[in-house]
Amino acid sequence: KIINSTHPLFQNIQIMSGWGNSNLDLSKPLDGRFSWFNHHDFGGKTYQPQQPSTRTTDPIVTGTSVLAIRYKNGVAIATDTLLSYGSLARFRDIRRIHPLNPNVIVGASGEYSDYQFITRFLDDLVTDNDIADNNYQPMDAKEIYSYLGRVMYGRRNKQDPLWNTIVIAGYKDNKSFLGSVDYLGTHFQDNTVATGYGDYIARPLLRNGFREDLTKEEAVKLLEGSLRVLFYRDARASNRIQVATIGEDGVNVSEPYELSTDWSIGTVTFAYDGRKEPVPVRSANNNDVSA
Amino acid sequence: MLRSDYDSDITIWSHQGRIHQIEYAMEAVKQGSASVGIKSKTHVVVAGLKRASADTLGAYPQKVFRIDDHMGIGVSGLNADARVLTKYLRNECLNHKFVFDSPMPISKLVLQLADKSQIHTQKYGRRPYGVGLLVAGVDDNGTHLFETSPSGNYFDYKAQAIGARSQSARTYLEKKLDSFGDSSRDELIKHALLALRETVQSSSDGINQKNCSICVVGLGENFQILEGESLAPYLVGIEKEQEPTTNTMEE
Repeated sequence: KIINSTHPLFQNIQIMSGWGNSNLDLSKPLDGRFSWFNHHDFGGKTYQPQQPSTRTTDPIVTGTSVLAIRYKNGVAIATDTLLSYGSLARFRDIRRIHPLNPNVIVGASGEYSDYQFITRFLDDLVTDNDIADNNYQPMDAKEIYSYLGRVMYGRRNKQDPLWNTIVIAGYKDNKSFLGSVDYLGTHFQDNTVATGYGDYIARPLLRNGFREDLTKEEAVKLLEGSLRVLFYRDARASNRIQVATIGEDGVNVSEPYELSTDWSIGTVTFAYDGRKEPVPVRSANNNDVSA
Repeated sequence: MLRSDYDSDITIWSHQGRIHQIEYAMEAVKQGSASVGIKSKTHVVVAGLKRASADTLGAYPQKVFRIDDHMGIGVSGLNADARVLTKYLRNECLNHKFVFDSPMPISKLVLQLADKSQIHTQKYGRRPYGVGLLVAGVDDNGTHLFETSPSGNYFDYKAQAIGARSQSARTYLEKKLDSFGDSSRDELIKHALLALRETVQSSSDGINQKNCSICVVGLGENFQILEGESLAPYLVGIEKEQEPTTNTMEE
């Protein structure tokens, strides 16, 4: 018998007998040599040794908050244009807002590759609907929102999520729509919506400013103000932002622009290292050094 | 119809560029009892003439089916095929409602059904469905009436009749076509019954509560089927109006 041979030629030999298998090392995870089951039966999603992982376990290239608010005759949605690679601010001029059709805009935070996949299949869905037959009925925001909810929940159940929180904004027949779907499949509609840090920091600001008869300009101002606060407080945010509106006057997606910031508060804060005097701060807006 | 050497298989073209098996399947629709569909700007009505296999002994098989709150069908042809297609259409509508939180657009469903029917004209070992449908429904684009056929073709209609002696009904529909668009719901139902009456053989009892089935769906009105007692007022209404005009004319 070759059971306990240490010769390299015999390392992977498995001795099978009617009473079970030998060479069973229980101090390590079993690697599939000692029992057979058809991985295919489980959709190939079972642990397969020496195979690369084929599901998202951790987001790698990520976008931060998306903010959105309903106003009188439409919805405004805004993001910054930054993608982070962990703590590195890697891509500084990208788009996280995507107009789907004259009725719907979507924006997303989280893993950017999953966002690209989502916009791809949503575009396909919209195209298929548009070319289907002569009775053209563009999809509206409620349908996209419901569809995304089912897709995200289905992926979560397969333990293979699309790692995003998606904001869906729409306007049809004088009614505005605003909803959010996340990678668990959690979905809801509200007057204000924000993802990531925005949900904690910006949403209270948006809620305070929200009124049913908000104008478009006021809504955009609220979003800008909130994104500025996020730039101050969220370590993965940037001040280069993009705002999109969908409403009576159709879909308008702005070009990116930079928000002004004011760091003069630095002149009155003290370091937490027991210093008795403020550290001179160079203000971002001018080159003066103020004490 | 003449038999030919090219009609034994769905996968064989005749030298005239026809596939006879498909045409024979459409013949099954023409042999089924009549269905009439009419639409106005606000409502769609489908009327079916029920044909019992053993008149006094048995019940009449169903002619019109509800697919969803906003859609229904009338059938002519093989009842078993109609039943199977009804199940398919209902399933698709329900899935659409669950995924998209919206009623399914009529034309989208009809297109899917037509594509499914076409597959059965191009695969070896499968026969075409032997039933024609009149699909009635409302959606964001207004009222719709479609006819589907075993060939996989589908057509958008303002008014149409299919099944046995349907040409007589079509003659009536053509005459009254201009009045349909603005007809009220009840006027539309009466027109459908009058058209249906044209398809009945002079030797029989005509249309009555037992052998007739009506379904209505409209903007703001859910799909419903009218049968038996609820048909009485409409049947009385048309008795007064006119005599059948073409009951001795056959195709």
